[in-house]
Amino acid sequence: MGCVESMNYEIVLRDATFRESRDYIKAHFKDFIDVQPGFKIFDVHVIGLPPIAIGLDGDFVIFPYTKPCHGTFLLRVEDKEESARLRAMKK
Amino acid sequence: MSGEPTTQEKTALLVLGCPQVPVQTSIALYLINRLKKAGITPVAAGNKAANTLLVVADTDRHYLGEVMDLDRAVALISDGKRDFDLCFVFIHNDAGVSYAATMGAISKAKLFTLVYGEHYEEQVKKIDFPCTSIAAKAVHNPLPLKKALDEVKPWAA
Repeated sequence: MGCVESMNYEIVLRDATFRESRDYIKAHFKDFIDVQPGFKIFDVHVIGLPPIAIGLDGDFVIFPYTKPCHGTFLLRVEDKEESARLRAMKK
Repeated sequence: MSGEPTTQEKTALLVLGCPQVPVQTSIALYLINRLKKAGITPVAAGNKAANTLLVVADTDRHYLGEVMDLDRAVALISDGKRDFDLCFVFIHNDAGVSYAATMGAISKAKLFTLVYGEHYEEQVKKIDFPCTSIAAKAVHNPLPLKKALDEVKPWAA
């Protein structure tokens, strides 16, 4: 999953529980989609209890990234194509 | 060609959590040995630290077989390139529960959760997906978790 390191990301939440991450997205972003575990965003297969909420804010994608020792991070990454692809899934 | 039906050996994936709780490495090696003795091929998947603890403890690979990076295992299963008959997820924190739920969703394997640590009951409460839970308060001493595992005998499933 080296690609996360190469992304220009902002950490919205760190060392969170999965539930905190999902609640944060649903509380802060009007625009979000629910996906299943293993769904690929950029090159990351998302981890979590289904459904997993992915926030969309303009060209930004906000998604959970889980590491065994550090819990769940909520990352915010700007990517016009990926946000458009995810937004199209809502239709 | 003997004409006899070929039976494929069963496989098991051990999804390792953060190795900060000492019992994980010990129970993983114990489970790997029991699975191998039952004719099941075990594959361990963890982060670098969890995998290295296993590899160094079993330098000559008496117990260990394949060891792979956890993210790679998730990717292979998610992409439908690989799957297992049994899956054991080690849980002592919230991330462990997330990995177990993920395995339950992406894999066809029969799912077992091994829950341990000081606050194991807190993690058990979060498990609301189908699996067989094997849980014990075990931090430094692996025997409570070994006992719980021996009662379930997942290698005989």
